[in-house]
Parts: sequence; C-alpha cells; structure tokens
Amino acid sequence: MKIFIKRDENFVEYQHSLEGATLLQVLDAIKTKQDQTLAFSSGCRSSVCGSCAMRVNGKEVLACSYKVQEEDSIEPLKNARIVRDLVVDMDRAYTFNTKAKAWLQTESQVKSLTQEDASLNALQSDCILCSACYSACPVYAVNPEFLGPFALTRVWKYASDKREEDAKEKMETIQNSGVWDCTLCNECTLVCPQNISSKADIEKLRMKSSQYGFMDPKFSAFGGGFGSFDGSPSF
Amino acid sequence: MRSDVLIIGAGGAGLMAALSAKAEGATVKVITKEYPTRSQTCMAQGGINAALGNVGEDSIEAHIQNTLKSAHGEADEESVKFMCEEAPKIVAWLDSIGVCFSRTQDAKIAQRTLGGASAARACYAQDYTGLKILHTLYDRCNAGGIETLNERYFLDLLKDESGRVYGAKFLNIRTGELEMYEAGSVILATGGYSRIYAQNSTNSTASTGDGIAAAKRAGAALLGMEFVQFHPTALKNSSILISESARGEGGYLLNSKGERFTNELAPRDEVSRAIDAEIKRGEEIFLDIRHLGEALINEGLPQERKLAKLYENVDPVHELIPIRPVAHYTMGGIEVNKKGQTNLSGLYACGECSNPKVHGANRLGGNSLLEILVFGKQAGVYGAKEALSLEKKESSLPEVTLFEFESKEQIPLDFYAIREEVGNLFYQDVGIVRSKKQLLHAKERIEELHAKLPLMGPNDNSLIYNTNLVEFLEFQNILEICDSVVSAALKREVSAGAHFIV
Repeated sequence: MKIFIKRDENFVEYQHSLEGATLLQVLDAIKTKQDQTLAFSSGCRSSVCGSCAMRVNGKEVLACSYKVQEEDSIEPLKNARIVRDLVVDMDRAYTFNTKAKAWLQTESQVKSLTQEDASLNALQSDCILCSACYSACPVYAVNPEFLGPFALTRVWKYASDKREEDAKEKMETIQNSGVWDCTLCNECTLVCPQNISSKADIEKLRMKSSQYGFMDPKFSAFGGGFGSFDGSPSF
Repeated sequence: MRSDVLIIGAGGAGLMAALSAKAEGATVKVITKEYPTRSQTCMAQGGINAALGNVGEDSIEAHIQNTLKSAHGEADEESVKFMCEEAPKIVAWLDSIGVCFSRTQDAKIAQRTLGGASAARACYAQDYTGLKILHTLYDRCNAGGIETLNERYFLDLLKDESGRVYGAKFLNIRTGELEMYEAGSVILATGGYSRIYAQNSTNSTASTGDGIAAAKRAGAALLGMEFVQFHPTALKNSSILISESARGEGGYLLNSKGERFTNELAPRDEVSRAIDAEIKRGEEIFLDIRHLGEALINEGLPQERKLAKLYENVDPVHELIPIRPVAHYTMGGIEVNKKGQTNLSGLYACGECSNPKVHGANRLGGNSLLEILVFGKQAGVYGAKEALSLEKKESSLPEVTLFEFESKEQIPLDFYAIREEVGNLFYQDVGIVRSKKQLLHAKERIEELHAKLPLMGPNDNSLIYNTNLVEFLEFQNILEICDSVVSAALKREVSAGAHFIV
C-alpha cells in the first residue's frame, strides 16, 4: 500500500505492507523502519490523549483511530504553525481556553447533582483537546482571534454546570470574537472524534447570552431586538 | 529564568502540585515534554478511591486495610492512612471545581467496586475518570494563570556544590535549544516507566521513566523498582487497556474452553498470574462482557467497545475480547516521604515517578488517581514552603544555548529494533513471574546493550522537532531504568505482590 505524507511543501510517497492498520501504526512503522526523520506526535494510542490529530485527504482524524486506505494523503492540522512535517504548535490555540475563561467561575461548596444534571454536560466533558475542530473551523480565515469551537464547548460545559453560579460572567467573556462569530457551518461537529457538536454548544451559548441581555452585535447595530437564536447564520 | 517552584511534568500530579504551590503564594513554572492534557493521567479510567459509602457501607479503615493487604507489607502504614483519610476531601474538592463524576439515583457521586476492594469505593466519570480530572485541573491552572512550557524534554537536574538541586536542563524540542531553569525547589512529576516493556505495555509511549533516570543520575534514592504491575486485560495484539471496570461491572475471564478459571476481582497481580498460567498451558484468554448487555456497555464502558472494535475487530456486545496481561503501572520510583521530599535537598517528587510507599508491592485499582492528587498536593505545598523560606535571588544561569549532540557517520545498530527487543526480553524474563536464572539473563543482556550504546544513535541530524533524537534520549533512560529494575528484582529473593519469583 502507498500513502502520501506532506513534508514541507511536497507530498512524499511511502510504501508499507500493514493490513488493516491504523494510521498511527503505519506512521510508527515508517518512522522506525524506513525514515527516522519523519516527525509526528502521538501518545496513548487509544483516542484519549488528543496528540495525534492530523488531516487525511483534507479531513481531520485521530491517527490512532483511523484505518489507512490506499493512496491516502496525510497533512498536518490547519490554523496552527507547522513546526515540522505533521507536527503543529498548539500553544496559541490553547490560549483560547484561557481567553474564554473556560473554568468554573465559582469554586463553591459541594452541591448535589442529579443524574439529569450530570447528563447536561457529560458529553462536553469528553473533549480531549485534539483540536480537530479548531483545524476544521473556517472562521479563522477571517478572524484569527475567534475563541473557536473547543474553547466555546468548554465554556458551555461550565456554563451549563449546576455548580456554576455566575453564568453571566461566562457569557460576557464570549461576546467578542466568540459566539456571534461562528457561521454555524457545522464542520467542527463532523470531525469531532468524541461526537461533540461545538456548533450546537455555540447555539446554546447564544440562547444563554440572549437570556442575559446580550445580542448579536451585527443586529444590534441596526437597533434590532433580540439576537438570532433561531439558529440561522448571523451574517 | 527563576521561579520559586519548578515542576517537571504536567499530568495529574504535576498540575496538582502546581495549584497547591501557587496557593501557598509561590511563583510556579510547569514544564512538560508534551502538553498538559496529553499526559498518562488521561488514560486512567476506572476511578478514584474514597470511602464515601455512597452505594453501600464503607469506611476509611476498610480502605486502609485493603490497601495494606494489597501492598504485601511493602507500604508505610502512616502514609497509607494519610492517603485514605485525605481521599473524601480530595473527591469533594474535585467535585467543587467541576469534575463531571457520574451520579447515583439519589444525586451522590457514583461508586463502583474494583479488584481488591471490600466495597464500591471508586468514584468514576463513565470510563473517562482520569481524562475528566486531568482536564479540570488544567482548567484550574488556566484560571490561576499558571505558566506552562510545552514540548521541552527534561535532560538533567542542576545541583550546586552543597548538593542542593536548584534547577534543571531541558531540550526545547521545537527549536533544538538547550534551556536551563532555576528554582527554589524542583518537583518531579514525570510519570512511570512501564514503557521499558515497549509494545508489551498499556501506557502512552511517553512513559519512559525520564525523571527517575535523571534523579538517579543526580543521586536520588529509588525504591521498589522491581514492583511492576501487569494489568490483566489488555487487548491481545495492541496492548490497549480494557479497564478493570469491565470486570467491576461483572465481566468474566474465560479460557479457550469457555471456562472461568479465576476470581476476576482479585487484586491485579493474582489475576495476571492466573491468566499467565493459563496462557502457558496453551490457552487463549478472553474477556466476556456480553451478558452485561448493550445498554450498560454503552453507558459504562463506551471506550472499551470502541477500542475492541478498532484494534481486534470484535464487538464486545456480541463477541469475546481476546486479552493478555501487559505492563501497566510501576509502583517503584524515587523514594519520598509524606511531604514528597526526596533524599536530595531541594528535590521533591510526586505521581508515578515517585514512591510514597502507599502501593507497596501491588497497587489497587482506583488508588493511583488518589495518590497523584494527595501526594501531588503535599509536594506542591512543601516544595513551595521550602522555596519561600529561601533568600530571593536572581537566576545565575547562562542564556539559552544550542543543544549539542554527536551526529555519527556510522550507526551500525538500530535502537528502535533494540527497544523492541528489550521490551520482549523484559516481558519474558522480568515479567509476571520471574526466576533467578531469567533475571540474571536479562541483567547480562542489558549490560551488553549499555556497552553498545556508542554504536547507536539518531539518524536525524535536525535540531527542529527531532523526535528521533528525543526517542533515543528516552531509550537511554529506558536502559538505565531496566538496570535498576532487574538489579532490584535480583536483590529481592522472596516473592511479594507483583514481584513473583519461581
């Protein structure tokens, strides 16, 4: 079988003979047996550490959970500086977690949560920060300051948590380059290995923002009433 | 660049130490060879033990007794008592910062029974307990503005003439620069060494014992290195972990004849030996969770189903899962006291790289997440106190320089092939059961390979993100750790827990 790996500007062809293998197994085999200069990141091999996200034929996957096909083209994630080969520098992307204040604002006394309460954000707390969504997001082409899908999902995780007592502060933080900048294109949902929909979380954050009196700035500029929480693109 | 406290490693132990040191008023710098959320902690699935008694009677005393029994006399009773007493407080704190634990019908934190426990004691978040704890700690570190430097490979500790540890050296993996950081105290939280078993380990490829090897080079005392826990149920071909919660929920172990042959909820060392004995009799071993039903499997064991399908092409709802025991957790490490102090002044350690004498010869499921948080906090608090008691000074270290490594014309030996050989050698000879003859054989081979190190090296000469170089540096640490493990195993002539002599 052959695959193509983007290195610098060009795709380099590699042959391998592994059957039914994951992309990570193939990359490991190439690195240890053919070409020790190939650079990529990996860790747990079981889809939970978020190290090995990359693009195959243009679509974001985790290398450890993707089964290689004939003539696949492998590229690094988008929207981040390529350090080398398939490795990107995630430092800047992860600062959006801090900018979005993705944490519990009120470190409060323990409250008892029902199973129903816990189910509100159980899915969002499955996020492994692999940044597949971040790479797939088209908003970065126009706004590099966009807080982005994983950080906003994280905000929703905390804002929807019964233990959070100051959801308004959370909403305030995500008004600029935040919830209203999303185009609701749903690309993030399609690539998430954990089946999280940041688009859906962003829609819920818009609703909650509206409840606290925030609105889509593009509408408020015209003196319009409430923002668009009908789910339609806000531009 | 100086901070009061320098923490090396950003898994659960490192982040807990960082939060605790910061709370003491210290300036903190965390340095990791990966990114914080990519550490081994995210792979802990089963739960975190605390005698809350949320689903049936339990007591701290029972937790202590279960832990001591599993430790086979190799634990320190005081430390175990301290950890078990702290457990309910730690879980309450995790709850207060937003960890998404699973809940019972009466709105309490859900708990399940893991091997060797007399009660349902492990608080869990589906089968993502470690992931959710780690990510919540990371969010708290962001909230506290804790500085983290990513993708720096820890090379060595810095020691002054008096023998005090005052900082550490790193390779900036991205730039190829050598960086030095000075601190009042240094806390190692660099993880365990299960990857000395290479492909015969459930662990992340990063668990190469870098911190332990560096501490040893600096003169730190190691303890219990012979105690390596083999997890009974890893996927047969890929060594991917199938969580103990699969048995906790009621899963069976079957041989080729479809017979059960052991108590599935005995401590891990016993279950692994029972499986090993069956395999040596020519049996294939399977985990059977079919009778749990699809709904329970999807709710409680979603990862297990996904991984079995991906790596073994079996759907556990309808089929048996082929398994074998592989190296999973290393009880041994840098010897520390209850405050996380090592024998070197200025140096602390916590998490899997340390040995705070609570797991002894065999760790119980659910006690590792507990240990990293309880003793991560201790190391953070006492590391900060010591650093703050020192006179403030500016860093005296040189500017950043380029990392120099010898690029060899000829590299006759391929260290990747030897890394695999060492993994198999240790799995065979320093594995689930060991004989003196096997141990001597392994020691001899490791010494031979040590001598051949000059014939090995990275083929990649680049300074930019050279993972070939990093993996070679890790491999050198692996060889050092192998020597410690096999030497310690030879010294202990009587079986105890995970160290089983035949």
